[in-house]
Amino acid sequence: MMRALLLSAAALIAAPAAAQDVAIVNAKLVIGDGSAPIEGGTVVVRGGKVVAAGAGVAVPAGVERVNAQGRYVTPGIVAAFSRVGLTEVDAVSGTNDRSAPRTRFSAGLDIAPALNPMGSPVAVNRASGVTRAIVAPGGSSNLFAGQGAVVDLADDMDMVTRPRALQYVAFGEDGASKAGGSRAATFLLFREQLLAARSYARNPATLAEWGNDAMIQRADADALVRVINGTTPLFVRVDRAADIVNVLKLRQEFPALKLVLVGVTEGWLVAREIAAAKVPVLVSPLTDLPSSFEQLGATQSNAGRLKAAGVEVSVGVFDDDDAHKMGYATQYAGNLVGLARVPGASGMTWDQAFAAISSVPARAVGMDGSIGSLRPGRAGDVVIWDNDPLELGSRPTAIWIDGKAQSLTTRQDRLRDRYRVPQEGALPKAYDR
Amino acid sequence: MRLSIAALPLLALAACAATEGGPKPASDKPAAAAAEKPAKFNKDPYPSTYKPYPGQVTAVRNVTIFDGEGGRIENGTVLLANGKVEAIGGPDTPIPADIAVYDGTGKFLTPGVIDIHSHLGDYPSPSVDAHSDGNEATAPTTPEVWSEHSVWPQDPGFSRALANGGVTALQILPGSANLMGGRSITLKNVPSRTVQGMKFPGAPYGLKMACGENPKRVYGGKGRMPSTRMGNFAVNRATWQKAAAYKKKMDEGKAVDRDLAMETLAGVLSGEILVHNHCYRADEMALVIDMSKEFGYKVSTFHHAVEAYKIADILAKEGICAAMWADWWGFKMEAYDSVNENIPLVYKAGACTIVHSDDANQIQRLNQEAAKARAAGRRIGIDVSDEVAWTWLSYNPAKALGIADRTGSLKPGKMADVVLWNGNPFSAYTRPEKVWIDGALMFDANDPKRRPVSDFELGQPGEGDVK
Repeated sequence: MMRALLLSAAALIAAPAAAQDVAIVNAKLVIGDGSAPIEGGTVVVRGGKVVAAGAGVAVPAGVERVNAQGRYVTPGIVAAFSRVGLTEVDAVSGTNDRSAPRTRFSAGLDIAPALNPMGSPVAVNRASGVTRAIVAPGGSSNLFAGQGAVVDLADDMDMVTRPRALQYVAFGEDGASKAGGSRAATFLLFREQLLAARSYARNPATLAEWGNDAMIQRADADALVRVINGTTPLFVRVDRAADIVNVLKLRQEFPALKLVLVGVTEGWLVAREIAAAKVPVLVSPLTDLPSSFEQLGATQSNAGRLKAAGVEVSVGVFDDDDAHKMGYATQYAGNLVGLARVPGASGMTWDQAFAAISSVPARAVGMDGSIGSLRPGRAGDVVIWDNDPLELGSRPTAIWIDGKAQSLTTRQDRLRDRYRVPQEGALPKAYDR
Repeated sequence: MRLSIAALPLLALAACAATEGGPKPASDKPAAAAAEKPAKFNKDPYPSTYKPYPGQVTAVRNVTIFDGEGGRIENGTVLLANGKVEAIGGPDTPIPADIAVYDGTGKFLTPGVIDIHSHLGDYPSPSVDAHSDGNEATAPTTPEVWSEHSVWPQDPGFSRALANGGVTALQILPGSANLMGGRSITLKNVPSRTVQGMKFPGAPYGLKMACGENPKRVYGGKGRMPSTRMGNFAVNRATWQKAAAYKKKMDEGKAVDRDLAMETLAGVLSGEILVHNHCYRADEMALVIDMSKEFGYKVSTFHHAVEAYKIADILAKEGICAAMWADWWGFKMEAYDSVNENIPLVYKAGACTIVHSDDANQIQRLNQEAAKARAAGRRIGIDVSDEVAWTWLSYNPAKALGIADRTGSLKPGKMADVVLWNGNPFSAYTRPEKVWIDGALMFDANDPKRRPVSDFELGQPGEGDVK
């Protein structure tokens, strides 16, 4: 036991490793792009990036070899929609930077400086196999919540992979309450703010002319211009089937909007419309209760039906806990595999389900060229698992992010080790570390 | 561990079982109690009207069985008749001719899951204000309220827990805003027009209590006591003191003005009502144990018990159950010291271990939560078998609820509350295929007609859909 304690302590204080060239061999290799696992596969990471992955890949001379002993080796999980890094303890407000309900700004908010890579949720989520996350702000006092980021969960101080990677807005009941009480108000406020931003883009002086009557601040207008011209994807929380259809219609007036739908609880009712619009969706797939009147059609078959209709479906965990338990992504993906066996239900194949928590969310945020799979050129985010990663209780035994080996030890592990025998010994527990 | 076969009453039952209505256990216990000691006040004014639904004599063969008490049978046979487990054993177990026989090859059979901590019905779906009936947050102690008076039987969550989670019984608790939140109720997970039609016949009442952050936040925020943890204890102790005096008067046969709050607490002090105490932190649980001794009651179960691992030895010694999540953490300060090994560490210490949900979603996969906890235990050398881990889901919660003599395990003569899973229930790829409650087939994945649809969902998008 003492040895175990020493080891874990050493792991905790170890400085983050530099990017190393590494080849993981003898892997049950999952590329993450929806293809089937490759037995006896190899993945080679050099300079922080994947250079080769597959069967019969040669290991270049001088590259460290890690034998996976036939275990699953996968890209790290990409949390499709989360607040990791924005909160430590939700109910301790000083640690919680999800939302800014009293700010005068909205779309211009940028979460990047609020992220805390040292927070324990980063380490806990990493230890469950999550290496990247799409992080969105929770909300502002206005309709638009602000700009999210794509982040990595490495144990270093540089968390941001892509800042301002998305703009977030909620329609439906949440949006209505923000906009003044009705869905009509939401759609009008959305339109008016975008039109104001467009005017500002054409002539920045207009904002000053509007003075106190301006609906948005300069920083908000700057951010919305990037939404209007499609530079920044617009993530829209929407659940009711009718609301989904109306959100898709926003592109009639703003054709360059790069829409990504979040939630989409009743999406299966309008799956053909979503597929025709070629708009990707992020779903929390086990949502099956009519928790509100905009989720009456909730079913766990939503993800499978959308997928079958040709929609790009990413799987996340945001209806349960969007900051502390991103590791549920593998469990939820596994449930989709199980659903495929239930009469009348729709799920996914194992290969599709794994892609839905790796390359598909990366593609939704426009980054599948750089993260989310083990195809050459992607970040060296690699996980060796002790078992089938979509099975319950499977855990990583090794993780690399950008080719750097990561600590898997968390504060929770330290507590566990301290109380493995709960009784106090010769000294109080406070001396046991 | 091997199971005996109760073969004796088999033939007699088989003859009449095709249309059996089952025994009628409703309200036996309260009626008997009233007869022994002429109670001044009716202890069962809202009696259970639950009756088992008609079932067929049914056998499942070639199935892997977890019996709920830690036993496992490969290639097993179970026979359900007259609402009861009639026989359980290996491939040689005799079964009558001309009954429904299911082949369980590749499948698993377990006692139904029992969730000791649910708010279905008192915080139902849709979660609109009009339905928010779980916390009588107008006074810090409200032992006079009864959760059964808040339960909306049309909550669609009951059917999800049945179909996706294999939940056959559950305890509905008041919320945790109050130190003493009120009485809980144990239900059979059957759809019903009335809550009385769901009440588990003869199950003891519970008293929901809450430690820590919630009561002091709710009442401190209103500028009244308690606003601190010491205030929590002071209010509790003063209330118990009052209850002890009330009970003494009753015991001495003196006339008392009926006090519904004191009646509940007197029931706790006399051991008829079981204490279910929401409590996260180890140090607070230890204080509550002393408080229970100070006033002469017993805590059945600490719920949420995120730090149970820190005092697992004390819980074992005191005979108190810990009902836990596998991995919830970080949502509030008292949930900060969560560890993934909490459940297996409590098990290893020999304390009564329970997996609970407190959640309309996770009640649908408590088997999966147990699987995660078991895997975490295995990684640190606590090897818990599938069949032992199942005790966390059925027998232990039944024990903590005072119904283990009737359900929670597959023993001959016990209620036929049974789930047939389409694979190992500790796999993410597994779902319930059939669920029987008192021998009646209440869910069948192969038969859309055996899928309950609540009034609320009738005529709505997705009515009768797989959920």
